[in-house]
Amino acid sequence: MMPVPLLIKNGRIIDPANNVDGVRDLLIVDGCITDSATAIPSDVEKIDASGCWVVPGLIDMHVHLREPGEEYKEDILSGTRASAAGGFTAVACMPNTKPVNDSRAVTALILSQATKADARVYPIAAISKNSQGSALTEFGELKATGVVAVSDDGLPVRDSQLMRRALEYAADHGLLVISHSEEPSLSKGVMNEGIISTRLGLKGIPTAAESIMVYREIALAECLGKRVHIAHVSTAMSTELIRSAKARGVRVTAETAPHYFTLTEEAVMGYNTNAKMNPPLRTEQDRQAIRQGLADGTFDAIATDHAPHSILEKEVEFDRAMNGIIGLETSLPLSLALVREGVLDENKLIKLLSMNPARILGVEGGTLSAGARADITVINPDLQFTYTEEQVVSKSRNSPFLGEKLQGRAVYTIMGGRITHRLAA
Amino acid sequence: MTTGYFFSHRHILDIEHLSADDIDYILTTAESFKEISARPIKKVPTLRGNTIINLFFEPSTRTRLSFEIAAKRMSADTFNISASTSSATKGETLIDTARNISAMNPDIIILRHSFSGAPHMLSQYVNAAVINAGDGTHEHPSQGLLDMLTVREHKKRLNNLKIAIIGDILHSRVAHSDILGFLRMGSEVFVYGPGTLIPPGLKELGVTVCSTMKEAVQDADVVMTLRIQKERQNDPLLPSFREYASKYGVTAQVASWARPDALIMHPGPINRGIELMPDVADGTQSVILDQVTNGVAVRMALLYLVTGNS
Ligand SMILES: [Zn+2]
Repeated sequence: MMPVPLLIKNGRIIDPANNVDGVRDLLIVDGCITDSATAIPSDVEKIDASGCWVVPGLIDMHVHLREPGEEYKEDILSGTRASAAGGFTAVACMPNTKPVNDSRAVTALILSQATKADARVYPIAAISKNSQGSALTEFGELKATGVVAVSDDGLPVRDSQLMRRALEYAADHGLLVISHSEEPSLSKGVMNEGIISTRLGLKGIPTAAESIMVYREIALAECLGKRVHIAHVSTAMSTELIRSAKARGVRVTAETAPHYFTLTEEAVMGYNTNAKMNPPLRTEQDRQAIRQGLADGTFDAIATDHAPHSILEKEVEFDRAMNGIIGLETSLPLSLALVREGVLDENKLIKLLSMNPARILGVEGGTLSAGARADITVINPDLQFTYTEEQVVSKSRNSPFLGEKLQGRAVYTIMGGRITHRLAA
Repeated sequence: MTTGYFFSHRHILDIEHLSADDIDYILTTAESFKEISARPIKKVPTLRGNTIINLFFEPSTRTRLSFEIAAKRMSADTFNISASTSSATKGETLIDTARNISAMNPDIIILRHSFSGAPHMLSQYVNAAVINAGDGTHEHPSQGLLDMLTVREHKKRLNNLKIAIIGDILHSRVAHSDILGFLRMGSEVFVYGPGTLIPPGLKELGVTVCSTMKEAVQDADVVMTLRIQKERQNDPLLPSFREYASKYGVTAQVASWARPDALIMHPGPINRGIELMPDVADGTQSVILDQVTNGVAVRMALLYLVTGNS
């Protein structure tokens, strides 16, 4: 059943893929964006987008949906409802489910649940069987079933030879390899290593734990001529490594997350388990370097690493608490702050949140071209709100931003012409 | 003491959040309690009717005994619960335990826990006052206070002293409390130990990290040695205790670099012959047993103050 035609009126269309930035109407018929010559049907539903931005649907290339296995934290339906509420029309989900998505059966299960979901779900399969780092998964069959990338996210690939083989074999199948860059022998801590870890008596993780592995991936990609994507970059040194690799022409892309450009390790003070994540929140100097990397194009994407955990896993001693925070519903307002603060312009922001993730993953979307599937986000960049526990759509509440005043959010999220989120006026 | 001072802490979770006035007040209160322990009948009715729970998730005979004696000398009813940290893996979380104990309406919970921040968390879930009896590698505030009381007794002041702390700073909650306490009172803190056991950020706290033993100990008023925790040696932190003893152990020669009236201190129990040589531990400058005596007085003061008696 096709959704009714939609006419989005008076919005500021920001479409970096077509170099468009200007106020005009956008007509959606049969779930697709029409060209300007198309006549407006009589049964059209009108959306007033005055004062709003109309952008290609946001794409989060790094989320954890917890299904199968830990549906008490999140499932595909609740996770995609949270996606829609945050302005995302598509998400790529990491394979560290229970069981791990290392087989056609798990991929197929995710895709079948996703047919009822409020966002497109692109499964990412494990690089190695059960993410144990010893044997490659069947990239060819997984790709044929519908995965868009491979990653052992949550765990680093310890064995450099296995990583090398993954980069080579993934290229044969047109799959992206996403690296969770962490040198495991250095990362046995629970927060960033520095004065705050000393003061709190918590075991620290030095920034070198990340940069050593980032450099390994760059070295492999460079020497093999293959492509690699670095997930959730958190440090100044990693940013610099990626910047200089790109300048040499290495086929490396990278993402960072809103918490790394918004928060520092200070958020852990008072043993706040909602600020415990991996990689950990770093210093102000790292935060500034991440912002610089966003401004100069070192980073290709903003991804949330949405990691839902129930209160059972967070309301415990800091050492015992699970890593990660939810992020789908706060990513857009936190990212919009970069525009207000002059770090990015609107065009660059939409590239980071939509166009580039689509291109890196090799999926549809990221554009408002005529004929394209109508995945669209309507953003009110000025709307102020307090992010409270009651309004969280995700099943989990593990966010360090609860109680914060945020500005800017999605007022409509449209997937294939269907409205998946409409902010109550 | 400033006029109009009053002790406003409901819990004693760390030294970090105590002001110089707070520390001064606690130590003065402790001094006034010392005399009770010297009486033939070592008991006052001050905390009669109060219920105090020693909740120890990590074994510590000394600290627990010290708190228990302190409580009993003030006529409180004390109960000891020794729990294994692994009990949480059997399903009961620290918060469950806290809620259960809280339901029995204790006045004070003294918590020893192997995870840093556990007392902070506990304090958010119980009505009782919480006293941190050592958490992970974070702090051990009552030990820091008894160290300061011992130094104050002997030196008649806590400012303008050179405090040398030698050994495993990284894992020592005692060292963390001492560093914060002595700095807060206006003294200088010098540390020396193997690079693997010196945590980052000490300079930002105002500590002088020394590269030789002599630099740390020279003209010191206090030489504080720390226990090397043999159980921590799964991480390659030290090649051997033999080498540690020769490079970082406090010998008579090392002690001679300090001021002639310098105090030799150790939080106990001592690895004799490793971090501290027996002749120094038992020498005339050693105040190690004074520390133990003062521990009871400081803990009496803390119990008294957190029950609202200021
Ligand atoms: Zn990861």
